[in-house]
Amino acid sequence: MTTITIMPDFVLYALVAGIGVAIVMGATGVFVVWRRMAYFGDTLAHSALLGVAIGFLAGINVNIGIVGVCLTIAIGMVFLRSQRHLAEDTLLGILAHSSLALGLVSISFVSALRIDLMTYLFGDILSVTPTDIGWVYGGGTIALGVLAWLWKDLIAITVHEDLARTEGVNVLRTQIAFMTLFALVIAMAMKIVGILLVTALLIIPAATARRFSRTPEQMAVFAAIAGSLSVALGLQGSLLWDLPSGPAIVVASALIYVVSIALPIRRAA
Amino acid sequence: MPDGGAPIDDLLVRGKGISVRHGRRTVLEDVGIQVSRGEIVTLIGPNGSGKTTLVRALLELEKPESGQVDRAAGITVGYTPQQLIVDRTLPLDVRRFLEMSGETDPETLANILSDVGARDVLRQEIRMLSGGEMKRVLLARALLREPDLLVLDEPTANVDIHGQVEFYNLIRRIRDDRQCGILLVSHDLHLVMSATDRVVCLNGHVCCSGLPGDVSTDPAYLELFGEAASAVAVYAHDHDHHHA
Repeated sequence: MTTITIMPDFVLYALVAGIGVAIVMGATGVFVVWRRMAYFGDTLAHSALLGVAIGFLAGINVNIGIVGVCLTIAIGMVFLRSQRHLAEDTLLGILAHSSLALGLVSISFVSALRIDLMTYLFGDILSVTPTDIGWVYGGGTIALGVLAWLWKDLIAITVHEDLARTEGVNVLRTQIAFMTLFALVIAMAMKIVGILLVTALLIIPAATARRFSRTPEQMAVFAAIAGSLSVALGLQGSLLWDLPSGPAIVVASALIYVVSIALPIRRAA
Repeated sequence: MPDGGAPIDDLLVRGKGISVRHGRRTVLEDVGIQVSRGEIVTLIGPNGSGKTTLVRALLELEKPESGQVDRAAGITVGYTPQQLIVDRTLPLDVRRFLEMSGETDPETLANILSDVGARDVLRQEIRMLSGGEMKRVLLARALLREPDLLVLDEPTANVDIHGQVEFYNLIRRIRDDRQCGILLVSHDLHLVMSATDRVVCLNGHVCCSGLPGDVSTDPAYLELFGEAASAVAVYAHDHDHHHA
């Protein structure tokens, strides 16, 4: 009948899930860049491994374990930060590394997980199942909805927190909602790029988008596009040259960033 | 004349017995201050004297350890922070920044910008503005809310002397046109005295307060500002403006 090579199912699943994740990560990642939360993202991602272990040990869904742990750390950070006992990066360093270590220790108790450790650390997009796609698009829709709802207030807080507060923005509520969103996004993205590379997909596409954007919204859209492109290219590379998929996606996004710097930009000014 | 103290029902905000501690350091001790409609109150004091902390307490951004802040019911507050630094990675032009006040009508935005003397910046990236332009744009955003009380934290820092005179004139005009109350934080001793109805001199506590002429000869004021104060005394509060 047809001689056209049809994409094998697992590649199609990987592409669909990867692009879904990239869109959400692009739109969330701009705030990570604007609010200088890169290290914070790392901390949450590292703590996700502990969530995996807890999920397994408690016999609940791993995604719920991840969201639970990320959320605890995120909201804990909001309060610890207001105490100002330690510099923020020190505090994040303590949380990031102790939760990663604790995660690794806990996982050593579960033999099934020990085998999968690399998958959690670096992702395994090619093993994505239709159920995962359901998680990605279900969670992604919620995440984008929450982001749209928070958008105006989040931008106001990013520009100047006190000014936003005097103009009636509920800063604490917005921050906690954003942290929740962030935790959800990390849980979604883990399967795709893994714990160690999650932050890359938040930051690199957003950084790529900056030069071409004149408004915050444009930057979010361009970041989503750059991220999706990274997934498509990385996946392609992974199939062609048998590269590990998560790192290949991050390499692709870094390459896109480098090429974008070299591109001349037209600006109506 | 507001100088003599406005009627009590025109009171916009009043802080009574405000004490604030940051860790073990006492920043404010039993400070009282009030601002009424139609008057310009200036808060002066050396660095670290608690000016910004007091403003934050009055704006309810910071909860004082003791004391109380009362705000007239239903008033709108416009606030310009001491500085606003927009991260390089955030693309944001002046128009978008002003729209965050809730007012999006392009004509209104253009008008307010020309009112504060910052024409032609509507399409500029906010982080490319000069120090003076930034102050004016911040003022414009506060004014867009049609505030009853305007709180300006060091609105003339980083503005040259000519710009400062102009800025104080502008602030006076805003008070006259809009009949709002204005709380100004400043350490431009030289100009404050002529642009203000009432001065509150702060150094952790209220050293002295009252009419500019009285404060500038108050021993507590002279001690606090030493050399700098003597240069100021020549600027008497000349009443070349009209209160409605």
